[in-house]
Amino acid sequence: MRGDEAGDGALLRIKGLSKRYPTGDLALDGVDLAVPPGQVMALIGPSGAGKSTLIRCVNRLVEPTAGRVVLDGQEITGLGAGALRRARRRMGMIFQEYALVERLTVMENVLSGRLGYTGFWASWFRRFPRRDIEQAFRLLDRVGLAQMADKRADALSGGQRQRVGILRALMQEPALLLVDEPTASLDPKTSRQIMRLLVELCEEHGLAAIINIHDVALARQFARRIVGLRAGRIVFDGPAEALGAEALTAIYGEEDWSQTIRRADEDEMEEAAA
Amino acid sequence: MSAAASLPARGKTGFDAAAAARAWRPPPLIAAPWLRYAVYLGALAYAVLAFGTLEVNWARAAEGLERGLRFLSGFFPPDFTSKGDDILEGLMESLTMTVVSTVIGIALSIPVALGASRNLAPLPVYLVCRAIIAVSRTFQEIIIAIVFVAMVGFGPLAGMLTLSFATIGFMAKLLAEDIEDIEAAQAEAVRATGSSWFQLLAWGILPQVRPRLIGLSAYRLDINFRESAVLGLVGAGGIGDTLNTSFDRYEFDTAAAVLLIIIVIVLACEYSSSWIRRKVQ
Amino acid sequence: MAVTARADGGLDWRRRTPRGDLAVWAGWLAAVALTVACFEYISQRTIWAFVWDAPTQGADLVGRMFPPRWSYAEQLWKPLWDTVNIATLGTVLAVVFGVPLAFLAAHNTTPSRLLVRPVALFVIVASRSINSLIWALVLVIVLGPGMLAGVLAIGLRSVGFIAKLLYEAIEEIDATQVEAVSATGASRPQVLAWGIVPQVMPAFAGLTVFRWDINIREATVLGLVGAGGIGMQLQSSINVLAWPQVTMIFVLILGTVLVSEWLSARVRHAII
Repeated sequence: MRGDEAGDGALLRIKGLSKRYPTGDLALDGVDLAVPPGQVMALIGPSGAGKSTLIRCVNRLVEPTAGRVVLDGQEITGLGAGALRRARRRMGMIFQEYALVERLTVMENVLSGRLGYTGFWASWFRRFPRRDIEQAFRLLDRVGLAQMADKRADALSGGQRQRVGILRALMQEPALLLVDEPTASLDPKTSRQIMRLLVELCEEHGLAAIINIHDVALARQFARRIVGLRAGRIVFDGPAEALGAEALTAIYGEEDWSQTIRRADEDEMEEAAA
Repeated sequence: MSAAASLPARGKTGFDAAAAARAWRPPPLIAAPWLRYAVYLGALAYAVLAFGTLEVNWARAAEGLERGLRFLSGFFPPDFTSKGDDILEGLMESLTMTVVSTVIGIALSIPVALGASRNLAPLPVYLVCRAIIAVSRTFQEIIIAIVFVAMVGFGPLAGMLTLSFATIGFMAKLLAEDIEDIEAAQAEAVRATGSSWFQLLAWGILPQVRPRLIGLSAYRLDINFRESAVLGLVGAGGIGDTLNTSFDRYEFDTAAAVLLIIIVIVLACEYSSSWIRRKVQ
Repeated sequence: MAVTARADGGLDWRRRTPRGDLAVWAGWLAAVALTVACFEYISQRTIWAFVWDAPTQGADLVGRMFPPRWSYAEQLWKPLWDTVNIATLGTVLAVVFGVPLAFLAAHNTTPSRLLVRPVALFVIVASRSINSLIWALVLVIVLGPGMLAGVLAIGLRSVGFIAKLLYEAIEEIDATQVEAVSATGASRPQVLAWGIVPQVMPAFAGLTVFRWDINIREATVLGLVGAGGIGMQLQSSINVLAWPQVTMIFVLILGTVLVSEWLSARVRHAII
């Protein structure tokens, strides 16, 4: 099902995407966006700008009102239930509050990334193929959680839970990660560690990512490309270095941005020195 | 593009993922193996024994199907009128019994609840009150009704006493749990103003348990009506009496009418009691 | 709470407005009047001479009830075992039908909110509004006396109970965990098994044990209408006014209920 956009090299292509909720709120208003393979992109904007709605429209956890979403030549919008499930395997999602199934073990949570590839009864009896379990252990070891495999998810700290959340998404062997405020529930140090891990894993696995994030400094530090959303429209799209006071005013409104910009630059230098 | 290919089988840490994967087992429901197998075996043995006692008389059951159909057809159409006076009488008895027993039960359950709260009552009082609660909750209403009928004779008074007694156990237990759970700090603050025991109740404890008290009362009113519908089976008055009589006389159309009335009133009670509970919480 | 201006310009604080006060008093008055009227109704249908006689009757009854006829216990073990089985099998039956019913009734798992959900809710309400003793009364007429009628009566009454509490638990689950499982590309049954079932498991286990505990109590009286269990012995003992036997039955019921309550509290504690 390769469509007309296959030639231009974008992994994800969003065209004229709009979402109006039944309450009448217009969350997205004609968004156009293209993400090439392997690009880590940060999506910033004030609360209620539609960041969360945008990434949920990509895997259709939220049904868009108008517009098209094309992943790797396949149009996601308009897919039937079965085809949508198969398409979702290619898009890993990472959540703000981790969204782990709290009463399952770490291993079960990681393996749940393989549900789309596994039959119902096999998954019910936890009979996953040996190579899936091996891959899960390899990834757990990569993030330093191999010893925690049989712990229940609710016994983990915030940073550990978010790592498990990331692994669940990676187990899907996705081409694209949809990341919703990965650091909102974490302290500053853990936030950095998680962001660094995300970027590293994207590089190792050649994944593109859209990362919703409200912390401008973190966004500038870890993403090469930044997209600013305001009231459901894209008002900024450019490299991290181009995000200056003017752009921030366009996204968030009038405010003294010099501190924010300087802090981000300092962080970057610190990071480089480390 | 395979994600698996990009990671070596053995990571930098020397962790052997393949061996770990071979050793991994899905987490069982019960962790201790001996307990797990004991539970499985026990359940199996019980199932065999229990079904053994069931002694289903299949011939009778098959016959029952036909009887059941005849029985069901006897239900239609429900007859509200020919025994209308009896139905009305039973209904009034049930309703009045419900109201009075709920009021009396709640009034008596409050002191019992206070006595059964370890943070308010001295040990002897606590034990006596807990004993009252235990006795009231252990026996099914019907059994208590049998005793009351033996003491005060047939009629709605026995039913009223039964339901009052059952209400005490139910309300006092839940209220006492609530009082024991209240925030000690608030009660402490009131006590610190130098108030008496009764002032402590009125200002430190009542405000905290009031929503629950109202909610439970509404819930119990609902339960009391349901129960009042069966007490008639042992002669304690109410609509159950009417129902039982109509079954005895094979007046199934009247029985159907009674059942419908019970369902409608229970529904009305349930909706209004959940409405009240939403309102106060 | 109300603050009103006094004539002299100061402010008065009262808990309610004067009108609110009036309404509250009127409400209390109405409640008292209703209770008195209801009691009057009952009182007219009571032969008070019997009631004044109650202390003597009670003392007499207690005199006849004690000592319990301990030897009668030998004949009671089998009915007691039947009673426990009625409660347990009835609970199993209720779980088998109640669990699917709960998933059909919960608004976040029902296949259709317009068609299936109202039907499921009606079944739940119908099951709950009829007492198990009435179910037993009806079933004994259809199936004949015996344990089967008892098991079905307990089952029919408990289906609604289990389904109602379970669907409320299903509606209260954390939706983001479910969203996360759907986002992996899991099928609908998989989302149910991986996202929802683990979340409601503790509530389910707790309420099943709770209902079993209630069912033990209910099963002790089903025999009064012929639906098996120790209630049958109770009925026949009362019919022949064999009060020492009745006491013996009461003692056994008390013991059984206490054990079942202890057991269910232990199990619930272990789960949560």
